[in-house]
Amino acid sequence: MSELESEVGRSSVPGPRTGAAGTAGTSAALEGEVFLSVRDLRIHFDTDDGLVRSVDGISFDVRRGRTLGIVGESGSGKSVTSLGIMGLHRSHSARISGEVWLDDDELIASSEDFVRRQRGRKMAMIFQDPLSALHPYFTVGAQITEAYRVHHPVSKKIAKARALDMLDRVGIPEPAKRYSGYPHEFSGGMRQRVMIAMALVNNPELLIADEPTTALDVTVQAQILDLIRDLQKEFGSAVIVITHDLGVVAEIADDLLVMYAGRCVERGTAEQVFEAPQHPYTWGLLGSMPRIDRDQTERLIPVRGTPPSLINVPAGCAFHPRCPHADVPQDDKTRTLRPELREVGSGHFTACHLAQEERTRIWTEEVEPKL
Amino acid sequence: MAGEPLLKVDGLVKHFPIKKGVLQRTVGAVQAVDGVSFDVRPGETLGVVGESGCGKSTMGRLITRLLEPTGGRVEFEGRDITHLSVGQMRPLRKDVQMIFQDPYSSLNPRHTIGTIVGAPFRLQGVTPVGGVKKAVQEMLERVGLNPEHYNRYPHEFSGGQRQRIGIARALALKPRLVVADEPVSALDVSIQAQVVNLLDDLQDELGLTYVIIAHDLSVIRHVSDRIAVMYLGKIVELADRKPLYETPMHPYTKALLSAVPVPDPKRRAARTSRILLRGDVPSPISPPSGCRFHTRCWKATTVCETTEPPLIELAPAHRVACHHPENAPDQAPADTQPLAGTPAEDQVVHQSE
Ligand SMILES: Nc1ncnc2c1ncn2[C@@H]1O[C@H](COP(=O)(O)OP(=O)(O)OP(=O)(O)O)[C@@H](O)[C@H]1O
Ligand SMILES: Nc1ncnc2c1ncn2[C@@H]1O[C@H](COP(=O)(O)OP(=O)(O)O)[C@@H](O)[C@H]1O
Ligand code: SF4
Ligand code: SF4
Ligand SMILES: [Mg+2]
Ligand SMILES: [Mg+2]
Repeated sequence: MSELESEVGRSSVPGPRTGAAGTAGTSAALEGEVFLSVRDLRIHFDTDDGLVRSVDGISFDVRRGRTLGIVGESGSGKSVTSLGIMGLHRSHSARISGEVWLDDDELIASSEDFVRRQRGRKMAMIFQDPLSALHPYFTVGAQITEAYRVHHPVSKKIAKARALDMLDRVGIPEPAKRYSGYPHEFSGGMRQRVMIAMALVNNPELLIADEPTTALDVTVQAQILDLIRDLQKEFGSAVIVITHDLGVVAEIADDLLVMYAGRCVERGTAEQVFEAPQHPYTWGLLGSMPRIDRDQTERLIPVRGTPPSLINVPAGCAFHPRCPHADVPQDDKTRTLRPELREVGSGHFTACHLAQEERTRIWTEEVEPKL
Repeated sequence: MAGEPLLKVDGLVKHFPIKKGVLQRTVGAVQAVDGVSFDVRPGETLGVVGESGCGKSTMGRLITRLLEPTGGRVEFEGRDITHLSVGQMRPLRKDVQMIFQDPYSSLNPRHTIGTIVGAPFRLQGVTPVGGVKKAVQEMLERVGLNPEHYNRYPHEFSGGQRQRIGIARALALKPRLVVADEPVSALDVSIQAQVVNLLDDLQDELGLTYVIIAHDLSVIRHVSDRIAVMYLGKIVELADRKPLYETPMHPYTKALLSAVPVPDPKRRAARTSRILLRGDVPSPISPPSGCRFHTRCWKATTVCETTEPPLIELAPAHRVACHHPENAPDQAPADTQPLAGTPAEDQVVHQSE
C-alpha cells in the first residue's frame, strides 16, 4: 500500500473540496480549512551522475491560519519540495509526479500559465537570500509596486500606496524615504522585510518561507519570526516554514514534518513531535541539539555517520545505516522494505518498522532520559 | 583553575583603514576590535559570542597573531607577542593554532589529506617518533577519520569530515591554545554534535585550552566554561557560564538570550517576555557615542549617550560594562532621564497573548 492510499480516507482531506465558500479573501470562517494538500509528491532530477531522488513520495496538508514547519538537514529535499509546490521546477530536467491541490485546483497537471497566475497572488514564497529575489537595479518600491500590478489592474498611484502600506506593515522605518532605495542599501534584516512585503503585497493565501532567518542574527531573527506570525494572524493565511533549526519550528509551527533523504519520516502537531517523538531520526536530531534552556554538561548524542546521497538512497529505510535501532525489527526488513507512514496517534504519523511497544520502550527507557 | 593565565589580552585594538579614491587616502576606519581585555586560563574553554560583524573573528585572528594589532597587548605564557614578526611567531605556531569556520575553503583542494595534516610538522621541522605519516594517521584516527584516507583529496569528504581534517591539522603538533572560529556553524545539526563531542574529548585527552568563537548561544552554552559577549568591537559582559545564562547583567546579553528560539513548543505558550531590539547593529565605522548599545537599549539614559561604561566586576568573576545593569546595583542611579526615542519597557518586552 502506498503512502497515498494509506492516507486517503483518514482524517485529512485530500483532493478538491466541495462546498467551500468562494475563493476571494480569507475570512475567519475559512480558518482551519485545508488550503494546500500535497499527495505523494515526487521530484527526481536526471543528472550525469544518475537520478537524484530529491523528493520521494511526500504527503501533507496545510490549513488556513496554521503554520507547518518542515525540518531536515541540508540536502534532505526541503527546498525542492517548496519549489515544486510553487511550480518553479517545471522547465528543468525534473520528473515530477503526485498531486498538489491548492484550494480547489490541482497544480501538477495544470498548465504552466495557470500555475504562474497562482504564483504571487494565491501563493508566494520568501527565500533565505533576499538578494536572489530582489532585482539589484530597481528600487524596492518599484519592485513591490510592480508585483502588485501584475495581479491587480490598478493605477501606479494606487499600487504605490499599497506598496508603502506594505513597507510600513513589515516595519521598515520611514517607508516613504526607503521606497526609492535600492536593495544593496538595506541591511540583511531590512532586505528580508522588503522581500516579505513583496511576497505579501497580494494577500497570498499560502506563504512558503524557505529558511527565512538562517542568514540573520538572532535578534533580527526574532523580529522576522514575530512579523511572519503577526501577518499570518492578520491575513489568516496558510504558512509553511522550512528550516533546519528545531528552535525556530518550535517557536512558530503548529504542525511539523520531519524530512530525511527526500522522505517524510515523521509528521504531527508540534507538541506531538517534540513531546513524544516517534522516529529514531527525530530522536537523533533532539539528542544532537545543544539546549539554550538548560545548563547541560552531559555529552551530546549525535547521529553517527552522514546523510546519504540522494542518488544512492539506502534500500529499505533510508535511515538504516545511521540508525542505532536498525537491528531491532525482525526479518531485517529495515534494510529491504521501505517503511510507510503509519498513524501512531491521532494525526501523528511515522515511517519506521519498529513495533509500537518496542518504540515506546526505547523512547522512554533509552532515549528520553538522556535528552 | 587558578594560576597564571595562558593568554593575557589587554586593551586590544584593531582598526581597518578605509581608503578612497585614486590616491587611496584614508578616510576612516572600521573599528573591528576596540579595546578588549581578558585572560584565558590553562585548560578552560572561553566562549566568545556576539552578532555578525561585532569583531569575533578579528579578535581570534589577533590573538593567534594572524593579524597585526593596531594597539593593546597580547601575552602568551607571560611573553609579549603583540608585534612579533611572522618569523618570530613561527616557533610559537606549534603552541597556538586556529580552526576555521568554513570547512570548504580552508583546505587546499590540490593537497592530499596526508599533506594537509602533515604540513605543521614540515613547517616546524618536527619529526615525530615513527615518522610524519604515522603521526598523521594517528591524528586522523583520533578525530574519527579512516587513516587509510591519507591519500585522498578534500573534495572526497563531507563538510563534517572536512572539519575533522581541519581539526586534525590544528592539533597535529599538540598545541597549548586552540582558537576555533565558528567550528560547527557550517555543519548540519547531527554532524555538529559529532564535532562538538570530538572537541570535548580532545580537550580532555590532550589538555587543550580553547577559545571558541560562535554566534550560536546554544552551542556556546554547551561548550564554554566562561563566556565573553561582544557588541561592536567591545566585550560588554564576561562571566562564568551559569551566571551569564541565568543572571545576565548586560541588557544586550539579556536581549540576545531572550531572542534565541527555545526548542520546546510548550514554552511558546508560557513565554511571557521577549525583548525585541529595534533595528540592526550600527556600523562599526562610526559606532554610537558613550555606550555603543544605547541606540537599541531600552534602559538607555542620558549618561549612556555621553559616557562609555567601563567593564567592571559587579559580582565575583562577573564583569559587565553598563550604567544600569540587570541583576546588579545601578551604577548611575542619579541618571533617570530616558534618552529621547527610547521606547518604554512595555513596548520593548513583547507580551505574548
Ligand atoms: N580585512 C578587513 N578590512 C576591513 N574591514 C574588515 C576586515 N576584516 C573585518 N572587517 C570588518 O570588521 C568588523 C568585524 O569583523 P569580524 O569578521 O571580526 O566579525 P565577526 O564578529 O567575526 O562576524 P561574523 O559573525 O559575521 O563572522 C566587520 O565590520 C568587518 O566588516
Ligand atoms: N535542479 C537540480 N538538479 C539536480 N539535483 C538537484 C536539483 N535541485 C536540488 N537537487 C538535489 O536535491 C537534493 C535536495 O535539495 P534541497 O531541496 O535543496 O535540499 P534542502 O533540504 O537543503 O533544501 C539535494 O541532493 C540537491 O543536490
Ligand atoms: S525502520 Fe529500522 S532503520 Fe529505519 S528508523 Fe525504524 S528502526 Fe531505524
Ligand atoms: S550603559 Fe546604558 S545604553 Fe548601555 S547597556 Fe547599559 S543601560 Fe543600556
Ligand atoms: Mg534549502
Ligand atoms: Mg566571523
